[in-house]
Amino acid sequence: MLTIKNLHASINGKEILKGVNLSIKPGEVHAIMGPNGSGKSTLGAVLAGRELFEVTQGEITFNGKDIFELSPEERSREGLFLSFQYPIEIPGVSMVNFMKTALNEHRKHKGLAPVTASDFLKLMRERKELVEIDSALTNRAVNEGFSGGEKKKNEIFQMAMLEPKLAILDETDSGLDIDALRIVANGVNKLKKPDNSTIVITHYQRLLDYIVPDFVHILYNGRIVKTGGKELALDLEEKGYDWIKNELEE
Amino acid sequence: MANDQDKILDEVTNSDYKYGFFTDIETETIPKGLNEDVVRLISQKKGEPEWMLDIRLKAFRHWQQMEMPQWAHLKIPEIDYQDIIYYAAPKQKPKLDSLDEVDPELLDTFSRLGIPLEEQKMLTGVAVDAVMDSISVKTTFREALAEKGIIFCSMSEAIREHPDLIKKYLTSVVPATDNFFAALNTAVFSDGSFCYIPKGVRSPMELSTYFRINAANTGQFERTLIVAEDDSYVSYLEGCTAPQRDENQLHAAVVEIVAMDNAEVKYSTVQNWYPGNKEGKGGIYNFVTKRGICKGKNSKISWTQVETGSAITWKYPSCILLGDNSYGEFYSVAVTNNHQQADTGSKMIHIGKNSRSRIVSKGISAGVSNNSYRGLVKVVKNAENARNFSQCDSLLLGDKCGAHTFPYIEVDNPTAIVEHEATTSKIGEDQIFYCNQRGISTEDAVALIINGYAKEVLNKLPMEFAVEAQKLLQISLEGSVG
Repeated sequence: MLTIKNLHASINGKEILKGVNLSIKPGEVHAIMGPNGSGKSTLGAVLAGRELFEVTQGEITFNGKDIFELSPEERSREGLFLSFQYPIEIPGVSMVNFMKTALNEHRKHKGLAPVTASDFLKLMRERKELVEIDSALTNRAVNEGFSGGEKKKNEIFQMAMLEPKLAILDETDSGLDIDALRIVANGVNKLKKPDNSTIVITHYQRLLDYIVPDFVHILYNGRIVKTGGKELALDLEEKGYDWIKNELEE
Repeated sequence: MANDQDKILDEVTNSDYKYGFFTDIETETIPKGLNEDVVRLISQKKGEPEWMLDIRLKAFRHWQQMEMPQWAHLKIPEIDYQDIIYYAAPKQKPKLDSLDEVDPELLDTFSRLGIPLEEQKMLTGVAVDAVMDSISVKTTFREALAEKGIIFCSMSEAIREHPDLIKKYLTSVVPATDNFFAALNTAVFSDGSFCYIPKGVRSPMELSTYFRINAANTGQFERTLIVAEDDSYVSYLEGCTAPQRDENQLHAAVVEIVAMDNAEVKYSTVQNWYPGNKEGKGGIYNFVTKRGICKGKNSKISWTQVETGSAITWKYPSCILLGDNSYGEFYSVAVTNNHQQADTGSKMIHIGKNSRSRIVSKGISAGVSNNSYRGLVKVVKNAENARNFSQCDSLLLGDKCGAHTFPYIEVDNPTAIVEHEATTSKIGEDQIFYCNQRGISTEDAVALIINGYAKEVLNKLPMEFAVEAQKLLQISLEGSVG
């Protein structure tokens, strides 16, 4: 599904990622944990194709394709989805219009005809229920005036609409109360299929109680320094990031 | 980051003007230049009565004493008024009893512009007066409208056939001496549309005029007059395009609207005159005076404009709110790209008691263009409880363009409530990336964001034109966003 080899990336000349290696197979859930500033969000942004970051070295293949050959929108249409840590507001653009445009681009990419209005509304209704999003949200402009929790739910709703092969959840748990966290996590779990994969980027083990990972990676200072099973997250929770720092310095 | 934005901007605002073609048709023109003889000649060509010629001559003599206005935030190159042809008419048979007699070239021209004039292909529910250069080519659905007592015809015809109405209302809202361009228009206008809605009649269809400049070195000076009697309603649309040329061409129109008791007039414009090329060469100078008077109580006039074309735009559709409880509206989207300049806005003059007005102006600037909103809200002494709300938003694409707001507020009555809100924003690179990440290309993302921004205004347009206007916004900004 996804192979990252020796990825180096920088912003304004400052290197953030310093040789990341990661391999994800269909159906797997990988958690990426690490302290602030370790490069977690940068990794998500580079995968999605944000031009702000300059890739200086390394390669990434996604579904057998060189990801650097693809524009951000092509990556999306190929099935890569990024749930934003800070979802963006687009005033005046209705969720319905936004989602319909996005969905039709994905359909066009697959050689399918544009969705009919009635099929689209039906799909919206179905997916809204799946992720337990308030009906009224989709009648508003994209993220405009949404609360922090609503924005995160809206990200998962969009994921439900686009059914990506690889979903990258960038700190989807931040700013959520415990009920919202459960709803969002349940939504992600319901969307899980045997052949799609998920990368969960988080600070805390809390989210991983709901979205159970197959692998946990610890990103520290631009590199993956430790990889383990789901118990690694629990160890980390207990011992704190200093444990990793100390181990590395030894 | 700024560089990224500029790059995206450049990519999205570089497309071509698709109405830039020229129709090679035999055209009757008069020699260049302007003097009393030219005014007489135009009047004579139109077969006008003496009283009309008098109005023209008076206006011309007044115009000669006037100076071109300099107060707008525009750089207008000097215009040589003696180097313009004031009358150009595509040659055709003198009497048009059926469409078979309209030159096929003309039918083809309007058909390419999306305005089919053939009876079987006409836009349903829209009656069109098609004007090319100085004359009206064809007015559709006249008989159907006449059954309801609605008069919809070219201005030349109205002067000949409905002299009482024309004498009563022409120059009653925009006096011949009102301003430099209005005086010029009054002296030399060659055609335009006249529309009269009798008492108690709701027009069963949209009325529209499509203006096409075709001939070179000519100016277009059309005159439109709409009179809505008590309890009547009409929705009126105008569209305009011109061929792509290196020389600038002058367009100085006047529109007058009169609304009596309980009458409502909606006037919508989709202005897409040739804007000039990317280096700022060529394009139309669009210097227009549009004014309506809400003469009767509870009357309503609504201006909606989508302005994407013209090298320079100078235009302030206004409402004189004379009747008690009358209501004026102005909804505008003005786009400037490349070297375009626009100074546009509205005037709301509150005279009647409880008169209300609303101004919503959305400016979008790209390239190295300049886009200004200029508006006046005036409440006179006796206008008890007048109410105005104005909102002026500017959206900047890139960092080489300008957006300016010049609101004027004059209130002489303490019971008035006047509000003004203004915002300036940029399309963010993060908004575009967010759309990209959902599979939407940058160009489509920009269109989506712009249309979202302009939605409040686009929603005011009649359906068919709203779709056209959306596409037009996208095309106007192609090659420019970030």
